[in-house]
Amino acid sequence: MESLYLLVPLSVAFVLLIGWVFRRALTGGQFDDLERHGHSILEEDEPLRDGEPGSSTAALDLNQESRPSGT
Amino acid sequence: MAGNGNYNYTVVRQFTVMTVIWGVVGMLVGVVIAAQLLWPELNLDLPWFSYGRLRPLHTNAVIFAFGGCALFASSYYVVQRTCHVRLFAEKLASFTFWGWQAVIVLAAVTLPLGYTSGKEYAELEWPIDILIALVWVAYAVVFFGTVFKRRIEHIYVANWFFGAFILTVAVLHIVNSAAMPASFWKSYSAYAGAQDAMVQWWYGHNAVGFFLTAGFLGMMYYFVPKQAERPVYSYRLSVVHFWALIFTYMWAGPHHLHYTALPDWAQSLGMLFSLILLAPSWGGMINGIMTLSGAWHKLRTDPILKFLVVSLSFYGMSTFEGPMMSIKTVNALSHYTDWTIGHVHSGALGWVGFVTMGCMYHLIPRLFGRTEMYSMRLVNAHFWIATIGVVLYITAMWIAGVMQGLMWRGVSADGTLTYTFVESVKATYPFYAIRLAGGVLYLAGMLLMLYNMVKTITGAKSVEALIPAPAVAHA
Repeated sequence: MESLYLLVPLSVAFVLLIGWVFRRALTGGQFDDLERHGHSILEEDEPLRDGEPGSSTAALDLNQESRPSGT
Repeated sequence: MAGNGNYNYTVVRQFTVMTVIWGVVGMLVGVVIAAQLLWPELNLDLPWFSYGRLRPLHTNAVIFAFGGCALFASSYYVVQRTCHVRLFAEKLASFTFWGWQAVIVLAAVTLPLGYTSGKEYAELEWPIDILIALVWVAYAVVFFGTVFKRRIEHIYVANWFFGAFILTVAVLHIVNSAAMPASFWKSYSAYAGAQDAMVQWWYGHNAVGFFLTAGFLGMMYYFVPKQAERPVYSYRLSVVHFWALIFTYMWAGPHHLHYTALPDWAQSLGMLFSLILLAPSWGGMINGIMTLSGAWHKLRTDPILKFLVVSLSFYGMSTFEGPMMSIKTVNALSHYTDWTIGHVHSGALGWVGFVTMGCMYHLIPRLFGRTEMYSMRLVNAHFWIATIGVVLYITAMWIAGVMQGLMWRGVSADGTLTYTFVESVKATYPFYAIRLAGGVLYLAGMLLMLYNMVKTITGAKSVEALIPAPAVAHA
Protein backbone atom coordinates (compact mmCIF):
# COMPACT_ATOMS: atom_id res chain seq x y z
CA MET A 1 0.00 0.00 0.00
CA GLU A 2 2.54 2.58 -1.14
CA SER A 3 -0.20 5.15 -1.62
CA LEU A 4 -0.48 5.35 2.16
CA TYR A 5 3.05 6.75 2.23
CA LEU A 6 1.53 9.75 0.48
CA LEU A 7 -1.88 9.89 2.14
CA VAL A 8 -0.82 9.34 5.76
CA PRO A 9 1.84 12.09 5.80
CA LEU A 10 -0.61 14.34 3.98
CA SER A 11 -3.22 13.75 6.66
CA VAL A 12 -0.67 14.27 9.43
CA ALA A 13 0.37 17.53 7.75
CA PHE A 14 -3.28 18.53 7.59
CA VAL A 15 -3.85 17.78 11.28
CA LEU A 16 -0.73 19.75 12.22
CA LEU A 17 -1.89 22.64 10.03
CA ILE A 18 -5.39 22.52 11.53
CA GLY A 19 -3.89 22.37 15.02
CA TRP A 20 -1.67 25.36 14.29
CA VAL A 21 -4.55 27.42 12.86
CA PHE A 22 -6.74 26.41 15.81
CA ARG A 23 -4.08 27.46 18.30
CA ARG A 24 -3.53 30.76 16.55
CA ALA A 25 -7.27 31.46 16.46
CA LEU A 26 -7.53 30.55 20.13
CA THR A 27 -4.65 32.74 21.31
CA GLY A 28 -5.65 35.48 18.87
CA GLY A 29 -8.93 35.91 20.72
CA GLN A 30 -11.25 34.58 18.01
CA PHE A 31 -13.15 32.47 20.50
CA ASP A 32 -12.99 34.71 23.58
CA ASP A 33 -16.64 35.71 23.52
CA LEU A 34 -18.58 32.96 21.83
CA GLU A 35 -22.07 34.01 22.76
CA ARG A 36 -22.07 37.50 21.27
CA HIS A 37 -20.84 36.66 17.80
CA GLY A 38 -23.87 34.60 16.92
CA HIS A 39 -25.89 37.83 17.02
CA SER A 40 -23.52 39.85 14.88
CA ILE A 41 -24.85 38.70 11.51
CA LEU A 42 -28.35 39.82 12.52
CA GLU A 43 -27.22 43.25 13.66
CA GLU A 44 -25.66 44.34 10.39
CA ASP A 45 -27.55 46.96 8.49
CA GLU A 46 -28.58 46.18 5.01
CA PRO A 47 -28.64 49.67 3.55
CA LEU A 48 -29.39 50.08 -0.12
CA ARG A 49 -27.72 53.14 -1.52
CA ASP A 50 -30.17 56.07 -1.75
CA GLY A 51 -31.40 56.66 -5.23
CA GLU A 52 -30.04 53.33 -6.35
CA PRO A 53 -32.52 51.60 -8.63
CA GLY A 54 -34.24 48.94 -6.65
CA SER A 55 -33.67 50.61 -3.29
CA SER A 56 -37.36 50.66 -2.63
CA THR A 57 -38.39 51.83 0.80
CA ALA A 58 -40.40 48.65 1.06
CA ALA A 59 -37.17 46.70 1.03
CA LEU A 60 -35.76 48.86 3.77
CA ASP A 61 -38.90 48.63 5.87
CA LEU A 62 -38.91 44.87 5.63
CA ASN A 63 -35.35 44.75 6.82
CA GLN A 64 -36.04 47.15 9.66
CA GLU A 65 -38.95 45.27 11.08
CA SER A 66 -37.07 42.03 10.74
CA ARG A 67 -34.72 43.05 13.55
CA PRO A 68 -34.97 40.61 16.42
CA SER A 69 -36.35 42.35 19.45
CA GLY A 70 -34.08 42.83 22.41
CA THR A 71 -30.83 43.18 20.50
CA MET B 1 -20.92 56.54 4.89
CA ALA B 2 -18.84 57.86 2.04
CA GLY B 3 -15.79 55.85 1.22
CA ASN B 4 -17.08 52.50 2.35
CA GLY B 5 -18.31 51.60 -1.08
CA ASN B 6 -20.46 48.66 -2.03
CA TYR B 7 -20.27 44.92 -1.75
CA ASN B 8 -19.52 43.16 -5.02
CA TYR B 9 -22.85 41.53 -5.79
CA THR B 10 -22.18 41.16 -9.52
CA VAL B 11 -20.28 37.88 -9.22
CA VAL B 12 -22.75 36.66 -6.58
CA ARG B 13 -25.62 37.38 -8.97
CA GLN B 14 -23.89 35.54 -11.83
CA PHE B 15 -23.30 32.43 -9.76
CA THR B 16 -26.79 32.56 -8.25
CA VAL B 17 -28.54 32.62 -11.63
CA MET B 18 -26.31 29.84 -12.96
CA THR B 19 -27.00 27.72 -9.86
CA VAL B 20 -30.67 27.51 -10.81
CA ILE B 21 -29.97 26.97 -14.51
CA TRP B 22 -27.40 24.21 -13.94
CA GLY B 23 -29.73 22.68 -11.35
CA VAL B 24 -32.39 22.26 -14.02
CA VAL B 25 -29.86 20.84 -16.50
CA GLY B 26 -28.22 18.42 -14.05
CA MET B 27 -31.51 17.12 -12.69
CA LEU B 28 -32.91 16.74 -16.22
CA VAL B 29 -29.96 14.49 -17.09
CA GLY B 30 -30.66 12.59 -13.87
CA VAL B 31 -34.26 12.02 -14.93
CA VAL B 32 -33.08 10.85 -18.36
CA ILE B 33 -30.73 8.23 -16.92
CA ALA B 34 -33.36 7.10 -14.40
CA ALA B 35 -35.68 6.57 -17.38
CA GLN B 36 -32.92 4.69 -19.22
CA LEU B 37 -32.65 2.24 -16.33
CA LEU B 38 -36.38 1.64 -16.63
CA TRP B 39 -36.47 1.61 -20.45
CA PRO B 40 -33.00 0.72 -21.79
CA GLU B 41 -34.22 1.47 -25.33
CA LEU B 42 -33.91 5.15 -24.40
CA ASN B 43 -30.19 4.79 -25.06
CA LEU B 44 -31.44 5.30 -28.65
CA ASP B 45 -28.39 3.37 -29.89
CA LEU B 46 -26.45 6.64 -29.74
CA PRO B 47 -23.11 6.18 -27.95
CA TRP B 48 -23.10 9.74 -26.56
CA PHE B 49 -26.65 9.34 -25.25
CA SER B 50 -26.01 6.04 -23.50
CA TYR B 51 -26.29 5.58 -19.74
CA GLY B 52 -22.58 5.07 -19.17
CA ARG B 53 -21.70 8.46 -20.63
CA LEU B 54 -24.65 10.44 -19.27
CA ARG B 55 -24.27 9.20 -15.70
CA PRO B 56 -20.98 11.06 -15.05
CA LEU B 57 -22.51 14.07 -16.81
CA HIS B 58 -25.36 13.96 -14.29
CA THR B 59 -23.10 13.68 -11.24
CA ASN B 60 -20.73 16.39 -12.47
CA ALA B 61 -23.60 18.71 -13.37
CA VAL B 62 -25.43 18.45 -10.06
CA ILE B 63 -22.36 18.38 -7.80
CA PHE B 64 -19.95 20.75 -9.48
CA ALA B 65 -22.23 22.92 -11.64
CA PHE B 66 -25.34 23.25 -9.42
CA GLY B 67 -23.63 22.72 -6.05
CA GLY B 68 -20.42 24.47 -7.09
CA CYS B 69 -22.15 27.63 -8.33
CA ALA B 70 -24.23 27.71 -5.13
CA LEU B 71 -21.06 27.49 -3.04
CA PHE B 72 -19.30 30.23 -5.01
CA ALA B 73 -22.37 32.50 -4.80
CA SER B 74 -23.02 32.00 -1.10
CA SER B 75 -19.38 32.09 0.01
CA TYR B 76 -18.73 35.36 -1.88
CA TYR B 77 -21.92 36.83 -0.41
CA VAL B 78 -21.30 35.66 3.15
CA VAL B 79 -17.61 36.51 3.32
CA GLN B 80 -18.27 40.09 2.21
CA ARG B 81 -21.25 40.66 4.48
CA THR B 82 -19.67 39.15 7.59
CA CYS B 83 -16.28 40.81 7.07
CA HIS B 84 -17.74 44.18 6.02
CA VAL B 85 -15.42 44.51 3.04
CA ARG B 86 -15.70 44.27 -0.71
CA LEU B 87 -14.25 41.17 -2.39
CA PHE B 88 -10.47 41.01 -2.68
CA ALA B 89 -9.08 40.78 -6.27
CA GLU B 90 -12.34 41.27 -8.12
CA LYS B 91 -10.88 40.46 -11.52
CA LEU B 92 -9.88 37.07 -10.14
CA ALA B 93 -13.42 36.65 -8.78
CA SER B 94 -14.74 37.33 -12.27
CA PHE B 95 -12.23 34.78 -13.60
CA THR B 96 -13.57 32.17 -11.18
CA PHE B 97 -17.04 32.70 -12.64
CA TRP B 98 -16.08 32.46 -16.31
CA GLY B 99 -13.46 29.77 -15.65
CA TRP B 100 -15.95 27.62 -13.73
CA GLN B 101 -18.56 27.98 -16.47
CA ALA B 102 -15.91 26.96 -19.02
CA VAL B 103 -15.14 23.85 -16.94
CA ILE B 104 -18.84 22.96 -16.88
CA VAL B 105 -19.30 23.44 -20.62
CA LEU B 106 -16.15 21.42 -21.35
CA ALA B 107 -17.48 18.65 -19.09
CA ALA B 108 -20.82 18.72 -20.89
CA VAL B 109 -19.01 18.20 -24.21
CA THR B 110 -16.23 15.77 -23.31
CA LEU B 111 -18.15 13.36 -21.06
CA PRO B 112 -20.82 12.42 -23.65
CA LEU B 113 -17.99 12.06 -26.19
CA GLY B 114 -16.50 9.41 -23.92
CA TYR B 115 -13.40 11.27 -22.71
CA THR B 116 -13.04 10.17 -19.12
CA SER B 117 -10.32 9.33 -16.65
CA GLY B 118 -12.67 6.73 -15.16
CA LYS B 119 -12.38 8.11 -11.63
CA GLU B 120 -15.76 8.62 -10.02
CA TYR B 121 -16.58 12.32 -9.43
CA ALA B 122 -13.20 13.13 -11.01
CA GLU B 123 -13.90 11.94 -14.56
CA LEU B 124 -12.68 15.04 -16.37
CA GLU B 125 -9.48 14.66 -18.38
CA TRP B 126 -6.22 16.39 -17.56
CA PRO B 127 -6.57 19.64 -19.58
CA ILE B 128 -9.85 20.38 -17.77
CA ASP B 129 -8.30 19.31 -14.45
CA ILE B 130 -5.63 21.96 -14.92
CA LEU B 131 -8.29 24.61 -15.57
CA ILE B 132 -10.14 23.49 -12.42
CA ALA B 133 -6.93 23.82 -10.39
CA LEU B 134 -6.38 27.37 -11.75
CA VAL B 135 -9.94 28.42 -10.98
CA TRP B 136 -9.68 26.92 -7.51
CA VAL B 137 -6.44 28.71 -6.67
CA ALA B 138 -8.06 31.97 -7.83
CA TYR B 139 -11.07 31.17 -5.62
CA ALA B 140 -8.78 30.63 -2.62
CA VAL B 141 -6.96 33.93 -3.28
CA VAL B 142 -10.26 35.85 -3.52
CA PHE B 143 -11.79 34.22 -0.45
CA PHE B 144 -8.82 34.29 1.90
CA GLY B 145 -7.79 37.73 0.62
CA THR B 146 -11.23 39.00 1.60
CA VAL B 147 -10.97 37.37 5.03
CA PHE B 148 -7.53 38.92 5.59
CA LYS B 149 -8.67 42.44 4.74
CA ARG B 150 -11.81 42.15 6.91
CA ARG B 151 -12.97 45.09 9.03
CA ILE B 152 -14.61 42.86 11.66
CA GLU B 153 -12.17 41.27 14.05
CA HIS B 154 -14.17 38.09 14.57
CA ILE B 155 -14.32 35.61 11.69
CA TYR B 156 -17.91 34.34 11.56
CA VAL B 157 -18.15 30.54 11.78
CA ALA B 158 -19.57 30.18 8.25
CA ASN B 159 -16.28 31.51 6.88
CA TRP B 160 -14.33 28.82 8.71
CA PHE B 161 -16.43 26.17 6.97
CA PHE B 162 -16.03 27.84 3.57
CA GLY B 163 -12.29 28.23 4.12
CA ALA B 164 -11.79 24.58 5.08
CA PHE B 165 -13.84 23.50 2.07
CA ILE B 166 -11.80 25.62 -0.38
CA LEU B 167 -8.42 24.57 1.01
CA THR B 168 -9.18 20.86 1.27
CA VAL B 169 -10.81 20.55 -2.16
CA ALA B 170 -7.69 22.13 -3.70
CA VAL B 171 -5.46 19.46 -2.14
CA LEU B 172 -7.88 16.60 -2.90
CA HIS B 173 -8.23 17.60 -6.53
CA ILE B 174 -4.52 18.00 -7.15
CA VAL B 175 -3.50 14.73 -5.46
CA ASN B 176 -6.24 12.60 -7.01
CA SER B 177 -5.96 14.06 -10.50
CA ALA B 178 -2.20 13.50 -10.76
CA ALA B 179 -1.83 11.72 -14.10
CA MET B 180 0.51 11.16 -17.02
CA PRO B 181 -1.01 12.49 -20.27
CA ALA B 182 -0.82 10.09 -23.21
CA SER B 183 -2.54 12.47 -25.61
CA PHE B 184 -4.66 15.60 -25.32
CA TRP B 185 -7.78 13.73 -24.19
CA LYS B 186 -6.21 10.65 -22.61
CA SER B 187 -4.13 10.21 -19.48
CA TYR B 188 -3.13 7.50 -17.04
CA SER B 189 -3.43 7.88 -13.27
CA ALA B 190 -0.21 8.33 -11.33
CA TYR B 191 -1.33 5.44 -9.08
CA ALA B 192 -2.11 1.84 -9.98
CA GLY B 193 -4.45 -0.89 -8.78
CA ALA B 194 -5.47 -0.85 -5.12
CA GLN B 195 -3.25 2.22 -4.63
CA ASP B 196 -5.37 4.07 -7.14
CA ALA B 197 -8.57 2.90 -5.47
CA MET B 198 -7.31 4.12 -2.08
CA VAL B 199 -6.38 7.56 -3.44
CA GLN B 200 -9.63 7.72 -5.41
CA TRP B 201 -11.81 7.10 -2.35
CA TRP B 202 -9.67 9.23 -0.11
CA TYR B 203 -10.60 11.92 -2.65
CA GLY B 204 -14.14 10.69 -3.19
CA HIS B 205 -15.22 10.62 0.41
CA ASN B 206 -13.46 13.81 1.36
CA ALA B 207 -15.14 15.48 -1.61
CA VAL B 208 -18.42 14.44 0.02
CA GLY B 209 -17.10 15.65 3.36
CA PHE B 210 -15.72 18.99 2.32
CA PHE B 211 -17.48 19.91 -0.94
CA LEU B 212 -20.95 18.60 -0.12
CA THR B 213 -20.82 18.95 3.67
CA ALA B 214 -18.43 21.61 5.01
CA GLY B 215 -19.24 24.08 2.22
CA PHE B 216 -22.98 23.67 2.61
CA LEU B 217 -22.69 23.84 6.40
CA GLY B 218 -21.13 27.27 5.85
CA MET B 219 -24.28 28.21 3.93
CA MET B 220 -26.44 26.73 6.67
CA TYR B 221 -24.73 28.68 9.48
CA TYR B 222 -25.37 31.98 7.74
CA PHE B 223 -28.70 31.55 5.97
CA VAL B 224 -30.64 29.60 8.64
CA PRO B 225 -30.10 32.32 11.30
CA LYS B 226 -30.77 35.04 8.71
CA GLN B 227 -34.00 33.50 7.48
CA ALA B 228 -35.16 32.60 11.00
CA GLU B 229 -34.09 36.07 12.21
CA ARG B 230 -32.55 34.46 15.24
CA PRO B 231 -28.91 33.80 16.14
CA VAL B 232 -27.73 30.23 15.79
CA TYR B 233 -28.89 28.12 18.77
CA SER B 234 -25.39 27.79 20.25
CA TYR B 235 -22.55 29.68 18.63
CA ARG B 236 -20.15 27.78 20.89
CA LEU B 237 -21.45 24.48 19.54
CA SER B 238 -21.03 25.70 15.96
CA VAL B 239 -17.34 26.36 16.62
CA VAL B 240 -16.94 22.94 18.28
CA HIS B 241 -18.81 21.41 15.32
CA PHE B 242 -16.33 22.93 12.89
CA TRP B 243 -13.13 21.84 14.60
CA ALA B 244 -14.44 18.38 15.48
CA LEU B 245 -15.58 17.81 11.89
CA ILE B 246 -12.36 18.83 10.17
CA PHE B 247 -10.10 17.05 12.67
CA THR B 248 -11.90 13.73 12.15
CA TYR B 249 -13.08 13.74 8.53
CA MET B 250 -9.99 12.79 6.57
CA TRP B 251 -9.95 9.01 7.06
CA ALA B 252 -13.50 7.92 6.33
CA GLY B 253 -12.72 7.11 2.67
CA PRO B 254 -11.77 3.42 3.02
CA HIS B 255 -15.39 2.53 3.88
CA HIS B 256 -15.98 2.70 0.12
CA LEU B 257 -13.59 -0.23 -0.26
CA HIS B 258 -14.86 -2.76 2.29
CA TYR B 259 -14.10 -6.38 1.31
CA THR B 260 -11.74 -5.36 -1.50
CA ALA B 261 -7.98 -5.69 -2.00
CA LEU B 262 -7.48 -2.84 0.47
CA PRO B 263 -5.73 -4.08 3.66
CA ASP B 264 -8.19 -5.13 6.34
CA TRP B 265 -6.82 -2.70 8.92
CA ALA B 266 -7.35 0.22 6.53
CA GLN B 267 -10.97 -0.84 6.03
CA SER B 268 -11.54 -1.03 9.79
CA LEU B 269 -9.86 2.34 10.27
CA GLY B 270 -12.22 3.84 7.69
CA MET B 271 -15.19 2.32 9.47
CA LEU B 272 -14.02 3.65 12.85
CA PHE B 273 -13.56 7.21 11.59
CA SER B 274 -16.93 7.06 9.84
CA LEU B 275 -18.62 6.10 13.11
CA ILE B 276 -16.85 8.92 14.97
CA LEU B 277 -18.25 11.39 12.43
CA LEU B 278 -21.77 10.83 13.70
CA ALA B 279 -21.04 12.99 16.77
CA PRO B 280 -20.01 16.29 15.14
CA SER B 281 -22.57 15.80 12.35
CA TRP B 282 -25.48 15.47 14.75
CA GLY B 283 -24.16 18.30 16.89
CA GLY B 284 -24.37 20.55 13.85
CA MET B 285 -27.76 19.24 12.79
CA ILE B 286 -29.27 19.80 16.24
CA ASN B 287 -27.65 23.24 16.40
CA GLY B 288 -29.23 24.24 13.09
CA ILE B 289 -32.68 22.94 13.89
CA MET B 290 -32.72 24.31 17.45
CA THR B 291 -32.01 27.78 16.01
CA LEU B 292 -35.77 27.78 15.46
CA SER B 293 -36.58 27.05 19.11
CA GLY B 294 -39.05 29.68 20.21
CA ALA B 295 -39.86 30.49 16.60
CA TRP B 296 -41.32 27.23 15.37
CA HIS B 297 -44.47 29.07 14.25
CA LYS B 298 -42.44 30.63 11.43
CA LEU B 299 -42.31 27.22 9.79
CA ARG B 300 -46.05 27.45 9.14
CA THR B 301 -45.77 30.54 7.00
CA ASP B 302 -42.24 30.67 5.61
CA PRO B 303 -41.56 28.12 2.85
CA ILE B 304 -37.88 29.18 2.66
CA LEU B 305 -37.47 28.18 6.29
CA LYS B 306 -39.21 24.90 5.48
CA PHE B 307 -36.54 24.17 2.86
CA LEU B 308 -33.76 24.96 5.33
CA VAL B 309 -35.15 22.98 8.26
CA VAL B 310 -36.04 19.94 6.16
CA SER B 311 -32.54 20.05 4.65
CA LEU B 312 -31.15 19.77 8.18
CA SER B 313 -33.44 16.82 8.88
CA PHE B 314 -32.06 15.07 5.81
CA TYR B 315 -28.53 16.00 6.89
CA GLY B 316 -29.23 14.28 10.19
CA MET B 317 -30.75 11.24 8.49
CA SER B 318 -27.95 10.73 5.99
CA THR B 319 -25.19 11.34 8.55
CA PHE B 320 -26.77 8.62 10.67
CA GLU B 321 -27.28 6.28 7.71
CA GLY B 322 -23.74 6.81 6.42
CA PRO B 323 -21.85 5.70 9.55
CA MET B 324 -24.29 2.80 9.87
CA MET B 325 -23.59 1.66 6.30
CA SER B 326 -19.85 1.94 6.93
CA ILE B 327 -20.11 -0.84 9.55
CA LYS B 328 -18.61 -3.81 7.76
CA THR B 329 -21.43 -6.26 8.51
CA VAL B 330 -24.05 -3.76 7.30
CA ASN B 331 -21.88 -2.93 4.32
CA ALA B 332 -21.77 -6.61 3.38
CA LEU B 333 -25.48 -6.27 2.68
CA SER B 334 -25.64 -2.73 1.30
CA HIS B 335 -22.52 -2.55 -0.86
CA TYR B 336 -23.09 -2.47 -4.65
CA THR B 337 -26.87 -2.29 -4.15
CA ASP B 338 -29.27 0.58 -4.83
CA TRP B 339 -29.29 1.32 -1.08
CA THR B 340 -26.08 3.26 -1.73
CA ILE B 341 -27.85 5.27 -4.44
CA GLY B 342 -30.69 5.95 -1.99
CA HIS B 343 -28.23 7.09 0.68
CA VAL B 344 -26.42 9.42 -1.73
CA HIS B 345 -29.68 11.00 -2.87
CA SER B 346 -30.97 11.40 0.67
CA GLY B 347 -27.92 13.59 1.17
CA ALA B 348 -27.86 15.15 -2.29
CA LEU B 349 -31.56 15.86 -2.89
CA GLY B 350 -32.56 16.25 0.75
CA TRP B 351 -29.61 18.04 2.30
CA VAL B 352 -27.54 19.72 -0.44
CA GLY B 353 -30.48 20.41 -2.77
CA PHE B 354 -32.86 21.77 -0.15
CA VAL B 355 -30.33 23.93 1.67
CA THR B 356 -29.26 25.37 -1.72
CA MET B 357 -32.84 26.09 -2.75
CA GLY B 358 -33.55 27.77 0.59
CA CYS B 359 -30.43 29.94 0.26
CA MET B 360 -31.17 30.86 -3.35
CA TYR B 361 -34.74 31.86 -2.50
CA HIS B 362 -33.27 34.04 0.26
CA LEU B 363 -30.61 35.52 -2.04
CA ILE B 364 -32.40 36.15 -5.33
CA PRO B 365 -34.74 38.94 -4.11
CA ARG B 366 -31.92 40.61 -2.15
CA LEU B 367 -29.61 40.65 -5.16
CA PHE B 368 -32.23 42.14 -7.47
CA GLY B 369 -33.85 44.73 -5.19
CA ARG B 370 -37.05 42.85 -4.48
CA THR B 371 -38.57 42.26 -1.06
CA GLU B 372 -39.36 38.64 -1.84
CA MET B 373 -39.69 36.15 -4.68
CA TYR B 374 -42.25 36.82 -7.43
CA SER B 375 -44.52 34.13 -5.96
CA MET B 376 -44.17 32.70 -2.47
CA ARG B 377 -46.99 30.30 -3.29
CA LEU B 378 -44.75 28.78 -5.98
CA VAL B 379 -41.92 28.50 -3.44
CA ASN B 380 -44.31 26.63 -1.17
CA ALA B 381 -45.45 24.41 -4.07
CA HIS B 382 -41.80 23.74 -4.93
CA PHE B 383 -41.14 22.68 -1.34
CA TRP B 384 -43.96 20.13 -1.23
CA ILE B 385 -43.39 18.74 -4.74
CA ALA B 386 -39.68 18.33 -4.04
CA THR B 387 -40.30 16.76 -0.62
CA ILE B 388 -42.65 14.15 -2.08
CA GLY B 389 -40.08 13.54 -4.84
CA VAL B 390 -37.24 12.91 -2.37
CA VAL B 391 -39.34 10.60 -0.21
CA LEU B 392 -40.43 8.53 -3.22
CA TYR B 393 -36.86 8.38 -4.48
CA ILE B 394 -35.14 7.27 -1.29
CA THR B 395 -37.77 4.83 -0.06
CA ALA B 396 -37.79 3.11 -3.47
CA MET B 397 -34.01 2.79 -3.37
CA TRP B 398 -33.96 1.57 0.23
CA ILE B 399 -36.41 -1.21 -0.51
CA ALA B 400 -34.70 -2.09 -3.80
CA GLY B 401 -31.27 -2.08 -2.15
CA VAL B 402 -32.09 -4.29 0.81
CA MET B 403 -33.98 -6.64 -1.50
CA GLN B 404 -31.01 -6.89 -3.88
CA GLY B 405 -28.61 -7.50 -0.99
CA LEU B 406 -30.79 -10.28 0.40
CA MET B 407 -31.31 -11.90 -3.02
CA TRP B 408 -27.60 -11.85 -3.87
CA ARG B 409 -26.63 -13.55 -0.61
CA GLY B 410 -29.50 -16.06 -0.68
CA VAL B 411 -28.12 -19.62 -0.62
CA SER B 412 -30.20 -22.78 -1.16
CA ALA B 413 -29.92 -25.93 0.96
CA ASP B 414 -27.71 -27.54 -1.67
CA GLY B 415 -25.22 -24.66 -1.45
CA THR B 416 -26.09 -22.96 -4.75
CA LEU B 417 -27.22 -19.36 -5.08
CA THR B 418 -30.99 -19.06 -4.76
CA TYR B 419 -31.33 -16.28 -7.31
CA THR B 420 -29.61 -15.44 -10.55
CA PHE B 421 -28.44 -11.84 -10.93
CA VAL B 422 -31.03 -11.10 -13.59
CA GLU B 423 -33.80 -12.16 -11.21
CA SER B 424 -32.71 -9.39 -8.84
CA VAL B 425 -32.76 -6.92 -11.76
CA LYS B 426 -36.27 -8.00 -12.62
CA ALA B 427 -37.40 -7.62 -9.01
CA THR B 428 -35.94 -4.11 -8.94
CA TYR B 429 -37.93 -2.99 -11.98
CA PRO B 430 -40.98 -1.47 -10.19
CA PHE B 431 -38.70 0.47 -7.86
CA TYR B 432 -36.94 2.03 -10.84
CA ALA B 433 -40.34 3.32 -11.92
CA ILE B 434 -41.01 4.82 -8.48
CA ARG B 435 -37.53 6.35 -8.44
CA LEU B 436 -38.17 7.91 -11.86
CA ALA B 437 -41.45 9.39 -10.57
CA GLY B 438 -39.60 10.87 -7.59
CA GLY B 439 -36.96 12.34 -9.89
CA VAL B 440 -39.58 13.85 -12.22
CA LEU B 441 -41.24 15.55 -9.23
CA TYR B 442 -37.93 16.90 -7.99
CA LEU B 443 -37.15 18.26 -11.48
CA ALA B 444 -40.65 19.76 -11.72
CA GLY B 445 -39.99 21.67 -8.49
CA MET B 446 -36.74 22.97 -9.96
CA LEU B 447 -38.58 24.17 -13.08
CA LEU B 448 -40.97 26.11 -10.82
CA MET B 449 -37.91 27.68 -9.22
CA LEU B 450 -36.50 28.68 -12.62
CA TYR B 451 -39.82 30.26 -13.62
CA ASN B 452 -40.08 32.03 -10.27
CA MET B 453 -36.54 33.34 -10.58
CA VAL B 454 -37.08 34.64 -14.13
CA LYS B 455 -40.28 36.43 -13.07
CA THR B 456 -38.51 37.88 -10.00
CA ILE B 457 -35.57 39.34 -11.87
CA THR B 458 -37.43 40.46 -15.00
CA GLY B 459 -37.53 44.25 -14.90
CA ALA B 460 -35.60 44.29 -11.63
CA LYS B 461 -32.45 46.32 -11.27
CA SER B 462 -29.24 44.92 -9.91
CA VAL B 463 -28.63 46.01 -6.33
CA GLU B 464 -25.28 47.03 -4.90
CA ALA B 465 -25.61 46.97 -1.12
CA LEU B 466 -23.63 49.54 0.82
CA ILE B 467 -20.95 48.40 3.23
CA PRO B 468 -21.81 49.53 6.78
CA ALA B 469 -19.82 52.43 8.23
CA PRO B 470 -16.88 51.57 10.52
CA ALA B 471 -18.88 52.69 13.55
CA VAL B 472 -21.20 49.75 12.98
CA ALA B 473 -18.22 47.50 12.60
CA HIS B 474 -18.13 46.55 16.23
CA ALA B 475 -15.06 44.62 17.22
